[in-house]
Amino acid sequence: MTGTSVLAANDVHLSYGDTVALRGASLELTSGERVALMGPSGSGKSSLLHCLAGIIRPDSGEVTLEGTRVDTLSERVRSRLRLERMGVVFQFGDLVPELTLVENVMLPLQLLGRKKREARLTAMDLLAALDIDDVAGKRTGAVSGGQAQRAAVARALVHRPAIVLADEPTGSLDTVTAEVVLDAMVSLSTQLGAALLVITHDNLVAAHLDRHVEMRDGVVTRAAQVLR
Amino acid sequence: MPTSHTLLALLEREPAHGYTLKRQYDERFAQTRPLAFGQVYASLARFEKQGWARVTDVVAGEGPERKRYRITPEGTNVVENWVFEPQSAGVFSTSTLFARVAVALMSGRSAQTVLANQRATHLVRMRELTGLRKGAGADGLLAISYELAHLDADLRWIAESGERLDKVPRDIAEEER
Repeated sequence: MTGTSVLAANDVHLSYGDTVALRGASLELTSGERVALMGPSGSGKSSLLHCLAGIIRPDSGEVTLEGTRVDTLSERVRSRLRLERMGVVFQFGDLVPELTLVENVMLPLQLLGRKKREARLTAMDLLAALDIDDVAGKRTGAVSGGQAQRAAVARALVHRPAIVLADEPTGSLDTVTAEVVLDAMVSLSTQLGAALLVITHDNLVAAHLDRHVEMRDGVVTRAAQVLR
Repeated sequence: MPTSHTLLALLEREPAHGYTLKRQYDERFAQTRPLAFGQVYASLARFEKQGWARVTDVVAGEGPERKRYRITPEGTNVVENWVFEPQSAGVFSTSTLFARVAVALMSGRSAQTVLANQRATHLVRMRELTGLRKGAGADGLLAISYELAHLDADLRWIAESGERLDKVPRDIAEEER
């Protein structure tokens, strides 16, 4: 594989009590590549994503972000690294309902210490690129699911992370709206140079991405199906 | 014959020469495999013979003479009936995939390999189709989503079959006895 390693899991094991979720899962993403992580329910996809994102510390194995081992770092340092270098999109967006779309997208920048005015300008640029600037001032409850999810995509990319991790980002949307959100996520991450890892069980979603990785019973079984 | 009926439907829009019909067909319906000229001219000759179209004028030139065809009311009826007649559900299951998997199982070959190879081919095609959506017109988009939906259905069957494979060989072997 060519390219610089952005995020990697090596022989990661994880259990929740007696339940084994990961049994030596390994996966590497290089700069700018777009990968679909597929597999049946319970195969360990979300657990691997949570380990990669530094949300969960694995029982054993290594996670490296841009060449630096991160699984041994404290929760506080991992959170800071996640804020600086990663963007995360979940199935239901997880936007803050009390805030407007643009305020949601501004959040990562403000947490990173950017001035409010600068953060707003940057956020509005992204919302315009995703064609939802006309609803920027509305709260999440007042916009459609597709608009809210595009705002979640903007929030994940606004601080120009090295990688975006998305867990079933279109799972709650109809097919046509899902296409709009996926197109936005793929084109924007490409434009901003971010790698993209998308968990999905949907082949139509995976068809937007360049490489397919499959998990089964807590391990990555097919790691190099390059589609172009 | 969907190709010849589609050609007849194109002729319904306006009278046309064989070359024009082929070009229109390729633009709208042949995403990957252009239609052979021979098939167009054979279809036009058949339309004329069956009374579905007639020659309106002939242009003589340096090459072969060019006939322009116009659809007849009978031809329009044929198009009308073809468009609205539901297709037999059986035509969607004519893929060789199931047969190849079954043969692999019966002959002791790896059915998982058959499935994996087909899965890879399907995924590559789905990736291509997804890329083709950009710049496609409305009818092109519908054609692409139609093919994507069928490939997706195949892939779901492939995934399910992969799960069942431990059980299937025993069943088939038992039936063989």
